[in-house]
Amino acid sequence: MSEIALQVNFALNIALLLMLIAVGVAIARMRSLLAAILLMGVYSLVSAVWLIVMDAADVAFTEAVVGAGISTIVLLGAILLVRAGPVRHNWRMTIAPAVLVLGVGGLLVYAMTGLPEFGDPASPANAYVGRNYLIQTPDEIGVPNVVTAVLASYRGFDTLGETVVVFAAGIGVALMLGFGPRSSLPPLPAAMGDHHVVLRVTARLLIPLIALFAFYVQFHGDLGAGGGFQAGVILAVAPILHALVFGLHETIAALPVRAVRSIATLGVLLFAGVGVICMINGGGFLDYDHLFPPGVEAIIPPGLLGDPDHAHQWGQHFGIFFIELGVLLTVAATMVTIFYGFAGRAVEEP
Amino acid sequence: MVDALHLIGGGLVVAGTLLTLLGGVGVLRFPDVYTRIHAASLTDTGGATLVLLGLALISGLTLETLKLGFVWMFVMLTTPAAANALANAAFSAGHTPRIGAFQITKGVAAGEAGPDTPRRETSDGNKSAAP
Amino acid sequence: MLLAAGIAGLVVAMTMMIWRAIVGPSQYDRMLAANSFGTKIVLLIAVIGYLSGRPAFLDIAIVYALINFVTTIAFMKFFRYRTLSRSLGPEARNG
Repeated sequence: MSEIALQVNFALNIALLLMLIAVGVAIARMRSLLAAILLMGVYSLVSAVWLIVMDAADVAFTEAVVGAGISTIVLLGAILLVRAGPVRHNWRMTIAPAVLVLGVGGLLVYAMTGLPEFGDPASPANAYVGRNYLIQTPDEIGVPNVVTAVLASYRGFDTLGETVVVFAAGIGVALMLGFGPRSSLPPLPAAMGDHHVVLRVTARLLIPLIALFAFYVQFHGDLGAGGGFQAGVILAVAPILHALVFGLHETIAALPVRAVRSIATLGVLLFAGVGVICMINGGGFLDYDHLFPPGVEAIIPPGLLGDPDHAHQWGQHFGIFFIELGVLLTVAATMVTIFYGFAGRAVEEP
Repeated sequence: MVDALHLIGGGLVVAGTLLTLLGGVGVLRFPDVYTRIHAASLTDTGGATLVLLGLALISGLTLETLKLGFVWMFVMLTTPAAANALANAAFSAGHTPRIGAFQITKGVAAGEAGPDTPRRETSDGNKSAAP
Repeated sequence: MLLAAGIAGLVVAMTMMIWRAIVGPSQYDRMLAANSFGTKIVLLIAVIGYLSGRPAFLDIAIVYALINFVTTIAFMKFFRYRTLSRSLGPEARNG
């Protein structure tokens, strides 16, 4: 069975690569911006399948939800603010960039031939630190998903940096576009006469399901593919769907702009706060083994997670739980803030 | 017994894929956006049902079968709703359907007479087209 | 074996959808093609997961089945109404 799987993987790689090339060329040549954004979503999807073929579940998850979901919606909001028409350009202006791109691309392809075999256990990436992570995660951290263990514990500081970057992106968009609809402008009138009953009923069914699934992904990130970033993006899709179907005014009445802003800040505070608590208790920054003072650790019943041998990993488990929660809050609130910023701008009269 | 289930499951997956392929041919060959919406959404939903049923047979009764059930439920909820929304948007934007070689105009869609409507005798002896 | 045939068929169907997305004369054709492409990707992810013995990929399939819908609605709303903030309100009485 695995022999067939290998051949199928090979054939799939070729087919997906051809599709990527075709879609990429089409994106570059497309005259309509809407079609270009659509094709960019398709491109992200094919990339997600490609990542699945290469057995990278977490990355494929993130690519599917971010590249094909949120990024498409935010780009739509962005081109609403742009009055763009087709631009004639001189083909002579493209010669120098084309030469540059081909040169750099050729160098990259040449460098790629020097890479080790895919999945080679003796390659430098897999032989030293990678192997140590795989060997020591059950003992030191006790979380089945090694990607989450590396992301949240071994490289927790990098994840804090990523969360702050997402937060800064939200702040940047908010500073440029405002935090939400200008309160002086009235909401646009509802689109009458178009019979959108099916859409409204389906949206009412789906919004809570999407939010529930976001929490599933958040808590399941320790065991399977998932984690804070993916869950945060999925959680942001629920208010976005609400705003698309029921109007931005309603969504802001339910989730005020200030509250969303505060939630984003709270997430970063939670993440950094966990690190500071670890420092207060005697360890390094984000050293979860020192999350609980020894007195508190002694009173946690060892059978709480059903495995008394791993009772010394309470700090790790709770530390990862809290920082993933922080990431969820920040990412979800930032995406919603960005959506509010783009969608809240008044556009030309319909 | 397990092998028979695997075989039937695989057969269902192939059947579902075939249905999806037929839908793809339909989307390529049909003349108008409304007929393409029919082809795409019908075959997508039906093909998804067959494929997911086949995978459920292959996997037996595990947690993954429950997840397959969720995938099926979401596909059944969203694909027809999206098709409805698309057709609604297209029609209310003025995109008129096209039947064969005949492009229906907005007036015919609203109820006037077109070139295909049968003619009937009126009381004053003039032949006129019945709307 | 049969799953491999299924994957091949799905990839061919996806190529047809890409063609329609590139060529489709109206924007509604393209939106339909993208939506249908998304559903096919969901099926492809499920079948690949079973073929490589890792049904854990089903989570990705579930998520994308939901997000596909939201993206299609966003496109439709953008193209039809030129805004993302208006409510798709109750239908008017008697048209």
